[in-house]
Amino acid sequence: MISLNLSHFLIFGALLFAVGIVGIFLNRKNLIVLLMAIELMLLAVNTNFIAFSHYLNDVSGQIFVFFILTVAAAEAAIGLAILIVLFRNLRSINVDDLGSLKG
Amino acid sequence: MNLPTLMFYLLSALTVFAALRVITSRNPVHAALFLVLAFFSTAGIWMLLEAEFLALTLVLVYVGAVMVLFLFVVMMLDINLERLRVDFWKWLPFAAVLAIVLLVEMVMVLGSSQTASTSLNVAQHAADYSNTKELGRLIYTEYVYAFELAAVLLLVAIIAAIALTLRHRQGTKSQNQSEQIQVKRNERVRLVSVTPLIKVDNE
Repeated sequence: MISLNLSHFLIFGALLFAVGIVGIFLNRKNLIVLLMAIELMLLAVNTNFIAFSHYLNDVSGQIFVFFILTVAAAEAAIGLAILIVLFRNLRSINVDDLGSLKG
Repeated sequence: MNLPTLMFYLLSALTVFAALRVITSRNPVHAALFLVLAFFSTAGIWMLLEAEFLALTLVLVYVGAVMVLFLFVVMMLDINLERLRVDFWKWLPFAAVLAIVLLVEMVMVLGSSQTASTSLNVAQHAADYSNTKELGRLIYTEYVYAFELAAVLLLVAIIAAIALTLRHRQGTKSQNQSEQIQVKRNERVRLVSVTPLIKVDNE
């Protein structure tokens, strides 16, 4: 049996990313689950960064993950704040109801 | 099969299962809880990659803060779930084809022996090697400006989130101190010169 190598972790990341993409297509009406699918994709990207950082002996990759975590936390906070304002105005989080600027 | 390999397959199977449940579960609360499971098992995988500090950060920051925020929002909103599930599986064939093409391409590139052979020169760290210390050394020297920028970004995010959700409710009684201090005398007191209507005779 072969031991773990870089391919294992990268393919795991690709699998998680693909699940995130399918999630965006399936939950295209539900804004909350859309945000969750984006979190899944970011998780896959971070896993790739850490795998490369481990197998190339370079800790800088983990610093990048640190910054991505910061940006993702900010994105989640602002996204949910926008969601709450939206729900206050429309009483709905359905993406189809957001077309009021369409004229 | 050695222990790390076994752990990797176990954790990654758990993560992918949890991710599939996140995107398909009917109730957003269940989706959020499965996302917590996915984060936990991914933190285990990061532990296998010797990124201990980031694995702990993922559990603390994501499971402890971001997912709690998600759960708060999901429970606070009164969502009509039936309307959101209309035509749920309509785009599944397209999405599945897209995902499978993407996955096959990735596996063909990443699963090649060239990628696999990158792992031949992984450094074996001494027992007193600290991942946290190494990360801290890099952050506060080479990446200190990026680190400051990240701090500013978080501040902007805090202010933006508060400014978006703050609302002044109508009809509540509250003091406005600056108006109270700036009040003038003639806004509150009106001097009326009183003239008697009935003439009183007092001899």
